[in-house]
Amino acid sequence: MSDAGKFILRVQDLQVYYPVETGTLFKRQTTMLKALNGVSFEMAPGESLGIVGESGCGKSTLARAILGLQQPTSGRVLWQSEPLHEMDATTLREKRKELQIIFQDPTASLNPRLKIGEIIAEPLHNFYPRMDKLQVEERVKGMMQLVGLLPNMLNRYPHEFSGGQCQRVGIARALILNPKLVVCDEPVSSLDVSIQAQIVNLLKNLQKKLSLSLIFIAHDLSVVKSISERVMVMYLGKVMELAPREEIYTRPRHPYTSDLMRAVPIPDPEVERNKMDIVTYGDTPSPMNPPSGCPFRTRCPWARKRCAEDVPILRRVGGEGKVACHYADEIELPE
Amino acid sequence: MRKFGYKTRSMAVTGKKLLEVEQLEVVFETRDGEVKAVNKLDFSMQSGETLAIVGESGSGKSQTALAIMKLLAANGEARGAARFYGRNLLEMTATEINEVRGEHIAMIFQDPTSSLNPYMTIEEQMLEVLMRHRKMSRKDARLRVLEMLTQVDIPDPQRRIRQYPHEYSGGMQQRVLIAMGLLCQPELLIADEPTTALDVTVQDQIKRLMRELKEKFNTSILLITHDLGVVAGLADKVLVMYAGQLVESAPVDEIFYRPRHPYTAALLKAVPRLDQVGDYDMHPIPGNPPNLLNLPKGCPFRNRCEMAFDACKQMPQVREVVPGHRLRCFLDGDALK
Repeated sequence: MSDAGKFILRVQDLQVYYPVETGTLFKRQTTMLKALNGVSFEMAPGESLGIVGESGCGKSTLARAILGLQQPTSGRVLWQSEPLHEMDATTLREKRKELQIIFQDPTASLNPRLKIGEIIAEPLHNFYPRMDKLQVEERVKGMMQLVGLLPNMLNRYPHEFSGGQCQRVGIARALILNPKLVVCDEPVSSLDVSIQAQIVNLLKNLQKKLSLSLIFIAHDLSVVKSISERVMVMYLGKVMELAPREEIYTRPRHPYTSDLMRAVPIPDPEVERNKMDIVTYGDTPSPMNPPSGCPFRTRCPWARKRCAEDVPILRRVGGEGKVACHYADEIELPE
Repeated sequence: MRKFGYKTRSMAVTGKKLLEVEQLEVVFETRDGEVKAVNKLDFSMQSGETLAIVGESGSGKSQTALAIMKLLAANGEARGAARFYGRNLLEMTATEINEVRGEHIAMIFQDPTSSLNPYMTIEEQMLEVLMRHRKMSRKDARLRVLEMLTQVDIPDPQRRIRQYPHEYSGGMQQRVLIAMGLLCQPELLIADEPTTALDVTVQDQIKRLMRELKEKFNTSILLITHDLGVVAGLADKVLVMYAGQLVESAPVDEIFYRPRHPYTAALLKAVPRLDQVGDYDMHPIPGNPPNLLNLPKGCPFRNRCEMAFDACKQMPQVREVVPGHRLRCFLDGDALK
């Protein structure tokens, strides 16, 4: 099979810059905020990819670009081999059926004046205005059942639901058009721990059942562990590491991945008391003024001269995964 | 100078408990009726201790903290007692509580950005604390502020003190707030989700800082959080809340290694763990948290509880199962193994 057919989504050297006004009142300057700075990856149909990074790493911009909601500064997004951002409006609208999104804040992303049934049916009205009323209702009810909502809740309003239930509505709305790719932008970050696990398990089951391609965005590595077959770690608009989950969780190769992993507190007092070493120093630098060379070098204990000079490329260092670190094969990361 | 017989350091030697909360109730008057956010809560804290109140949204953990500080929303009312070295905070007048706030009890909040005044430099807002409570001169106060900023690892404090909050990152802002909270060396620091709004790597730094400062200043901390990982690293004792009530409270190791309430056990299992190699499963708690406006009769957790039986239709009372371990459940937790 050719590469083109093997992948449903290909992102090639994607860059998204936002102009930002800086300086004083009389000395306005426009600086470029490099939200995405050369991101490339591929996704196979039915694959589940986790994208992890802290605030300002570009993960949400990437989500928007993949869905065609954000025009890239340069680079391409190939959706089933066709460049998404070069399509005309009619073609893009057709493609939108195949590309759906689930948002972070389930209550804010549902119209409070619409009934749950209307919210879930809206994409159908949009794309199939002539669809029979009964048929719509049947589809909506079937979808509600699929996401674990009782079909008789159809006539209730979002405020009558808990956060977890609202997120189920959001999932039903995203799936009703039978999309091929669903991007979940921090879908559980605002939910309680006990509900988080419910939603992750639901998405995991639906992904398998409907053979969806799924992108799951999160700000820490613990949530994507269960759902993602491959995990991509981002920092300041760049990919630091991209590896199958078996590899990334047992043997992270980038110092940042390792820090991100060790920073997540473990609910075990003994383990926490014995965690002596300081994980990461300092703060993430501003994306308006990222460091030269490797973006992580200002916080990396292994940084050397070369890290300030050359930008490390994403490359294979043993194993299946790729890592963007000059010294990935030399350094020994802590357990 | 302190009108109510308080001498800053003399409070600790009275031998009275640092904080004793008795039958605390927080009730909100809403359009849909009365909501009981906190229901008959009892707990106490010794000096130097860190107590974590753990619970999910709507459990009443934050309202407990706000009630103690008399910071409830206008439609909220606190009943019962919260005694700070024997004096009931809930009965204090506005002037009295203002003497306690900042001086004896300090509070830091979840979102550092909205806790700092964007129109004032860091220096101005920090000096205010010392000039107001300690009647210090500007010069002395400034020295103390600089010293405190060094303690919380703000680099180059001489320069940064003149900056505005927006020039600080989220982690730095939280450091400033912690420093500000500790300026008067309060006996009690209430930290309401102090790490939740921060990035994981920064969370870890703030957690370490809090642990260090606690040892250095012997400050007691009342930690309000939903994050069991943070609790494991910081707390001495843990109180678990559900639907406004205490469900379990015990020393930290007891809670984590020998949880007795089915909710505590389920919550511990629900946290995804990075240290368990090869385990890719998530363990949710079925069902949804109860609606406080319409609580079911009996144990509020029973609809989601695997062990629920007939008796759970009645409300179980809190009892001490082993010394120091309180539990609101008809079972004693042995079946949870």
